[in-house]
Amino acid sequence: MPKSEALLTVKNLSVGFHTDKGDVTAIEGVSFEVRVGEILGIVGESGCGKSVTSRSIMRLLPKFNSFIDPQSEINFEGINIARADEKTMRSLRGDRIAMIFQEPMTALNPVFTIGWQLDEALKYHTSLDRRDRIERAVAMLKAVEIPNPRQRYYEYPHQLSGGMRQRVVIAMALCCDPELLIADEPTTALDVTIQAQILRLMDELRKKAETAVILITHDLGVIAQICDRVIVMYAGQIVETADVHSLFKNPQHPYTKALLESIPQTGREHHQTRLPTIEGIVPSLFELPEGCRFQDRCAYKTQECVDREPQLGEEINHRKVRCFFPLEGS
Amino acid sequence: MPLLEIKNLVKHFPVRGGLLNRVLKKVHAVNGVSFTIEKGEILGVVGESGCGKSTLGKLIIQLLDATAGEVTFKGRAITHLTASELLPFRRQMQMIFQDPHASLNPRMTVGSAVSEVLAFHKVVPRQELAAKVRELFSQVGVNLDSIDRYPHEFSGGQKQRVGIARALAVNPEFIIADEPVSALDVSIQAQVLNVLMDLKDEFDLTMLFISHDLKVVDHFCDRMLVMYLGFILEEVPCQDIHADALHPYTKALLGANPVSDPEKRHELTVLEGEVPSPFHPPQGCPFVTRCPLVTEQCHAEMPPLVERAVGHRVACWEV
Repeated sequence: MPKSEALLTVKNLSVGFHTDKGDVTAIEGVSFEVRVGEILGIVGESGCGKSVTSRSIMRLLPKFNSFIDPQSEINFEGINIARADEKTMRSLRGDRIAMIFQEPMTALNPVFTIGWQLDEALKYHTSLDRRDRIERAVAMLKAVEIPNPRQRYYEYPHQLSGGMRQRVVIAMALCCDPELLIADEPTTALDVTIQAQILRLMDELRKKAETAVILITHDLGVIAQICDRVIVMYAGQIVETADVHSLFKNPQHPYTKALLESIPQTGREHHQTRLPTIEGIVPSLFELPEGCRFQDRCAYKTQECVDREPQLGEEINHRKVRCFFPLEGS
Repeated sequence: MPLLEIKNLVKHFPVRGGLLNRVLKKVHAVNGVSFTIEKGEILGVVGESGCGKSTLGKLIIQLLDATAGEVTFKGRAITHLTASELLPFRRQMQMIFQDPHASLNPRMTVGSAVSEVLAFHKVVPRQELAAKVRELFSQVGVNLDSIDRYPHEFSGGQKQRVGIARALAVNPEFIIADEPVSALDVSIQAQVLNVLMDLKDEFDLTMLFISHDLKVVDHFCDRMLVMYLGFILEEVPCQDIHADALHPYTKALLGANPVSDPEKRHELTVLEGEVPSPFHPPQGCPFVTRCPLVTEQCHAEMPPLVERAVGHRVACWEV
C-alpha cells in the first residue's frame, strides 16, 4: 500500500515549445507528488500534456525546440531534475527512474538480441560481472513471466509476440530496481487479454518491490482497475486530482464528470442509448480562451468562467479541483 | 430474405519466397465463416488483432477476393462479378475506415473528397453537387464553413465525420465500419457513435461494425460475432452479454476488460498460453492452446457452430 512520503515532487512545471507559429506553452503550472509504492494515474485526451509531463520528468524532450520554465521544480530525492545536467540524468535514467512506452517495437532495437538490450542498462548502472548480469537478466525475464527466459535471452525482438515484447520492455525498465517507473500508455497498443497480463504484472511489482508508478493513459477503465490516485489533465493543466474512489464516485470538475459519462456502459438499460458527449473540441494551445480553458464545452459555464481563469484550489479531503463551481456529490 | 448472406467464406494469403517464388505457406486469415445480416441490423465483429475481422470486412465488400465461399447481397451472389458488374453494388455498400487521416487525400479539400464520390456515381446532377455536399456535412455535423479546408486542418473526430459523409454520399443500404472510433478519444468516440446511431435511423442503414473494443460493440450493436484465428467461436445477441455469453473465449474477453468503476474492481482474467500461428492453425478448436476447459475432443475436432437460442450460436464442445 502507498506510504505517505513523497518520492517525487513536481512544482509549477511549465514546458513550452518553439514552433513555426511561435512559442507555445504545452503544460502550465503542473504540480503533484508521487508517493512511495503508489500508482498515480494521469488521464486526459490527446494533446492535454500528459506525455509532455512524463517526458519532462525523464528530461527526454528534444533540446532544440523545447524549454522548461526556470521556475519549475522536479524534486527527486534531493535532485532538481528540471535543472539537472546530462550526466546526472544519465545516472538516474534506467537506474532509479525508468520508463516504458506505448509501442514496444519502437522501444526495442531490432538488430540486437533481447539479452544485449537488457545487458546494456546493467552494464552501465551496476558493477556485476558478465555472468551475474546474464543471471540477473534471465531472472528479470522470468519475473515478467516470459516462458523459456534463457532461450529468449538470445532471441531478437521480431521473434516475440506483441505482449511478450512489452513484457521485455518492462523487464528492461525494472532490471535496475528503479524507485519510480513511468509508464506512458503501456497497454494502448495491446489486445485486452494481453493488457490484463501487463496490468496484473504492474500491480504485482508494485506490491513486491514497492516501486512507485506513474501510469499515463486515456483509458479510464485502466485507471479504475489499478490506480490509487488520479490526475486529470485538460489543455495543458491539471483540472482535478483525487484518490481513485472519490474521483469515480464524485467527480468535482465538469470535465471529469463528462469524461466518465461518455464511456459506453454495459447492461440492458444502457443498450443502444445515446451516449452523453462533451460537445466541441479541445481548444488549440495557440488560441486558448481567456478564463477557464474548458468554458466552451462546459455545461455549467457562467460569466465568471469567461472573465477569470480558475486556479487549482486548495487541497480539501486530499482533493484539488480547478473550477469556480466544483460539483457536489450526487 | 436477409440483406446479406455469407457462406463458408475462406481467405488464405499465400506467402511466396525462395528461388522460384513458390508458395511456401499460407496465412489462414478467414476459415469458413457463415452468417447472415438482416435489414436494419447492426452486427458487431469483435476479436483480437489478427483474428481476421478486418479481412472479413474487405471480403464482404469485395476489396479482397475470397479463396472460397460466397457472399450474397439481396439474393445475388457478388463474389465472382467483374468490376463493371460490381459497380451497382458498390453504390449500395460502403466502408468507413479506422484512420480517417489515412483515408482522406491530403491534397484534396474535404468538400471535393465528398463531391468526387457524388460525381463518379452520378448521385445528383452536376449543378446540385455543392448543395448535396452541404446537406451531407450538416447531417454528420461538420461545420459548413470548413468545406474548403484540407484534412490536416481537422481534428480526428471531424475527419472521421467527413469519412462518414463520404460513405453516405451514395445513399448506401449497407455500411462496413472497420474500427471507426478506435483512433479517437473517449469524448469524441461518444460523439461519433451518436452520429452513427442517428444516421442509421435516418438513412435506414444496415451495418457491420468491426472493433476490438467489446464495450463499444456491446453498447452499439444488436448482435456480435466473436472471432478467433479466422473462426467464429460465438454469435451472441448484445444487450446482456455478461449473462448470455457461453464460449470460454468470449467470457475471457469480458473478464479481461477492466470495469470503469474502482468499486467493482475484479481480478482480471488472464489467459495462459500463446495464440497458435495462423500459418498452422490447430486441427481441432483454434482456442485449445489457451482454453481452461480443453479436452481430448477439442484437440481432435473443430466444434460446429450450434444454435442455442435465437441469434445465439456457439462453437464449443464443453458448454
